[in-house]
Amino acid sequence: MRSGLKTIKDTQAGQPLEITFGGDELLLDPAGILIIKSINALVVADLHLEKGSSFARRGQFLPPYDTAATLARLTALVDKYNPSIIVSLGDSFHDDEASHRLSDSTLETLQTMTHERQMVWITGNHDPSPPSHLPGQCYEELAIGKIVLRHIPDTSYKGHEISGHLHPCAQIQVRGKKVRRACFACDGARMIMPSFGVLTGGLNLADRAFNGLFHSAKLRAYMQGKDKVFPISSENIIGLRR
Amino acid sequence: MNLFEHSKENDSAAFNLPPQFIDWFSKKGWQPRAHQLELLNNAESGQSTLLIAPTGAGKTLAGFLPALVDITRRPEPKAGQIKPGIHTLYISPLKALAVDIERNLSAPVSEMDLPVRVETRTGDTPTSKRQRQKLNPPDILLTTPEQLSLLISHPDASRFFGDLRYVIFDELHSLVTSKRGHLLSLALSRLWQLVPNVQTIGLSATVADPDDLRRWLVPQNCTTIPLSELVTVDGGAKPDITILKTEQRIPWSGHSARYAMQGVLDAIKAHQTTLIFVNTRSQAELIFRELWTINEDSLPIALHHGSLDVSQRRRVEQAMATNSLRAVVATSTLDLGIDWGDVDLVIHVGSPKGASRLAQRIGRANHRMDEASRAILVPANRFEVMECQAALDANYLGAQDTPPVGDGTLDVLCQHILGVACSGPFFPDALYQEVTSAEPYARLSREQFDQCLQFVANGGYALRSYDRYARIRETTDGSWRITHPSVAQQYRLNAGTIIEAPMLNIRMTRNRGKSCLAGNKAMRGGPMLGKIEELFLEMLTQGDTFLFAGKVLRFEGIRENECFVSNAQSSDAKIPAYAGGKFPTTTYLSEQVRKMIDNPESWDKLPEQVSQWLGYQKQFSVLPKPGEMLVETFPRGERFYMVAYPFEGRLAHQTLCILLTRRMERAGAHPIGFVASDYAIAIWGMKDFGAMIASGKMSLSELFSEDMLGDDLEEWLDESFIFKRTFRHCAVIAGLIDKRHPGKEKSGRQVTVSADLIYDVLRSHDPNHILMQATRHDARAGFLDVARVGSLLSRIKGRIVHKNLERISPLAVPVMLEIGKESIASDETSDALMEEVSMNGDDIVREAMGVDF
Repeated sequence: MRSGLKTIKDTQAGQPLEITFGGDELLLDPAGILIIKSINALVVADLHLEKGSSFARRGQFLPPYDTAATLARLTALVDKYNPSIIVSLGDSFHDDEASHRLSDSTLETLQTMTHERQMVWITGNHDPSPPSHLPGQCYEELAIGKIVLRHIPDTSYKGHEISGHLHPCAQIQVRGKKVRRACFACDGARMIMPSFGVLTGGLNLADRAFNGLFHSAKLRAYMQGKDKVFPISSENIIGLRR
Repeated sequence: MNLFEHSKENDSAAFNLPPQFIDWFSKKGWQPRAHQLELLNNAESGQSTLLIAPTGAGKTLAGFLPALVDITRRPEPKAGQIKPGIHTLYISPLKALAVDIERNLSAPVSEMDLPVRVETRTGDTPTSKRQRQKLNPPDILLTTPEQLSLLISHPDASRFFGDLRYVIFDELHSLVTSKRGHLLSLALSRLWQLVPNVQTIGLSATVADPDDLRRWLVPQNCTTIPLSELVTVDGGAKPDITILKTEQRIPWSGHSARYAMQGVLDAIKAHQTTLIFVNTRSQAELIFRELWTINEDSLPIALHHGSLDVSQRRRVEQAMATNSLRAVVATSTLDLGIDWGDVDLVIHVGSPKGASRLAQRIGRANHRMDEASRAILVPANRFEVMECQAALDANYLGAQDTPPVGDGTLDVLCQHILGVACSGPFFPDALYQEVTSAEPYARLSREQFDQCLQFVANGGYALRSYDRYARIRETTDGSWRITHPSVAQQYRLNAGTIIEAPMLNIRMTRNRGKSCLAGNKAMRGGPMLGKIEELFLEMLTQGDTFLFAGKVLRFEGIRENECFVSNAQSSDAKIPAYAGGKFPTTTYLSEQVRKMIDNPESWDKLPEQVSQWLGYQKQFSVLPKPGEMLVETFPRGERFYMVAYPFEGRLAHQTLCILLTRRMERAGAHPIGFVASDYAIAIWGMKDFGAMIASGKMSLSELFSEDMLGDDLEEWLDESFIFKRTFRHCAVIAGLIDKRHPGKEKSGRQVTVSADLIYDVLRSHDPNHILMQATRHDARAGFLDVARVGSLLSRIKGRIVHKNLERISPLAVPVMLEIGKESIASDETSDALMEEVSMNGDDIVREAMGVDF
């Protein structure tokens, strides 16, 4: 799990880990986004904007600050990497009407963030309708080089795929102490990104929702540390069925 | 036990009792007791009363005398007239207690042929019975605080309680200090509003300050501080308490008391019925298991704790009532006034951690005032030996160390406001008056009340974007109403203040070794054993064994909210790591232990191995005087240790350790770990702490100076995991996040929002939100015991004794043995741990080069 909300400075201070994936170089940032180096694309998954107000509609008043907080963190990373393309990998909005509840200042933040760069919204299960009134294009899937980007991982797909949807987190045990953190989960062919929204929780990699998605021996969890990403091999992850 | 016991001290003829009662007493050859008549007299003259009596004085049932008399005198309703509603409410902290009272009331009611109908209403009462109770209410309703809150949240509450005359609060001393007590006091303030003449009867064990409870029982106002009447019954015969004599070696640390099991079994054999109290559920499981391994005569010994399935608990309670058991191993679920047949011995395994707590638990034995109760204390380790001796001494002196009542919390007030709104429209001015009539809220400011009101309405955020989704809203006449009936439904699902860690049902299955996750329906056949914490189960993999309900079980798998287990072949088991039930030693008892250490003359009361141990400490190090605190430094292995002995309880010690390590870091001492027990703390690192202190590079008086509780505390508090756990509790009670309901969780994906995440967002965007205020208040008072750290720091100012040693001292052994037992990593160390198992540079290079893939 994320260890507290970081300041903008802390968010930018993380040291990315470079890995090779699908013939491309990826930078995994400890803040939970990745960069596809060849085309300088920043990929972020599961923003779940307006999750607070989505719950508030049903009488559960989560703090109304989540959208601003999530976008402030994203903006900090956009400033850090200055990408040409931003890809939001689905579930950008917590419900299908959420994009219409964005405040004026949020809309302004989005305008500024996407100024002179390409913005791609991939649709997700929470937000199947394209947010047509917002800057950027909308797709169900996107291919970059050999890599396919989509919201929900496709078990039958054999190529290189980056997806989100599952909010993976991993748990390890070292000398009797346990640590649980959000992670990038990757077996060399499939990469599932951690969720980025400040009010999004994680799902343990040991959950059956991950069954059949990874080659278990090759699975790595790139766990999000304070300012580093820690690659953990599958034998060190608690609860994986091998 | 009987309702009114034999006594010769009074002439009941002089007292105005209905004929049935006088006949009944004389037929039995009994007379009512003085305190029972005094209570009746107060009640009939319109006074509310607090009755303080030791257990065994018949106080619980004495509370019912005014009600039984009054109902008997009430004219029968004529044909066609509406039958009167509830006459008397009885509120018990425990469901089991309500059930027990129902059983005990039935005898006199039927023997006197009284026109009184008594029923219970608890969380276990079926819906059909609840509905019938609404239409056709009993005369006396026995219920719990949670059920009362639900009842007053209904729109027909004023009709339902219209005829209410008495409210009896049993075990009031145990209710008032918790959030349950806060909620109950608010429910009472509502009853005062609905039925202005309602009278209260509080029943309590002996407490440190009775006036706390006397204020609680009557409506407060800002000008005078009214008190209820007080009736006190002096204790009967002094209990006969001993500490278990043993030839075995008493352990240095730990809580299993395994060494004493033969002694415990021998004591059970020598008595008719024994109650064995323990402090935690895991202790109960372990001791039950240990006893049965050596129970060659197969004496009927049973197990009872709150996680067991309810049918199992009822069976044990029944067997106990009919005297068919020789012993029951139990946690505090049986702590309070339940009548347990003829218990003639109480064994307490582990330190009772408080003088009053010991007195209350011993009261279980015998249950007759004029005969001495028998009790045996079984300390689980050497420090507990001293604690048990101190508790025993306190019991002879009659010293009490119950905690003060304290102010009501804001999260509970939020819940209550919503409950009031569910019962009908309200005006804030009137509701403020009403809630401040409850003692715990008498000092509540209007500003805080309004903040709570705003929270209930729309979340109370500085950014007011949720007005359109409001749960309650002000209408044109100035009253506030709920905006939708679903708000009331949501309230009812979440009412109450008991937040347990997420639990899963444990179910037996015969399909051993096969995957439970295959969707096989046959898996669901077996009986339910009880509930267990999800956190514990997360540590298990298929095939692991653990102890539960007295059995060694094999973990098969989890499906939805059920955990499937089979009978294990092995006798070796992991023990359930239940979270609940660990309270710190009271300030009073800690002080007594400190005095005992300083006074070698008192050691002859202690077992020889313990007095020898203290003797060695005197020889190899120092024994601190009661006003002093000893700090020892010594090397061991590759590391240097600093051990201090504040004796302030584990919670205060943990807080102290965290603050101390921050300061030592700044002093350049680079501590790398710490551990806290109830008695001592140990901090270690690679630098020679002793040399640093000797050379003046690190000053102990600066390290332990009182300003530690200023900025250091505030800074750390906000990011501590303890704070987050506290926040979760407050958020659930206040109604920000829903309680988890068994069976309602969707499998796999999380549908709820983690309280930790909400906390992070609030902390950075709305740090003065009402829930943050409530959390800070609770964390300081409860989990962190900040007040105790504060009093420690001022107590030891200028009185720290430093001893630099070449090796570990005798007194340091127990806390040093605790090292490595803590299992949760704090945030600060998480990254270091991940670093440790993360793939090394070579791996990463290989990975980057794509060789591995």
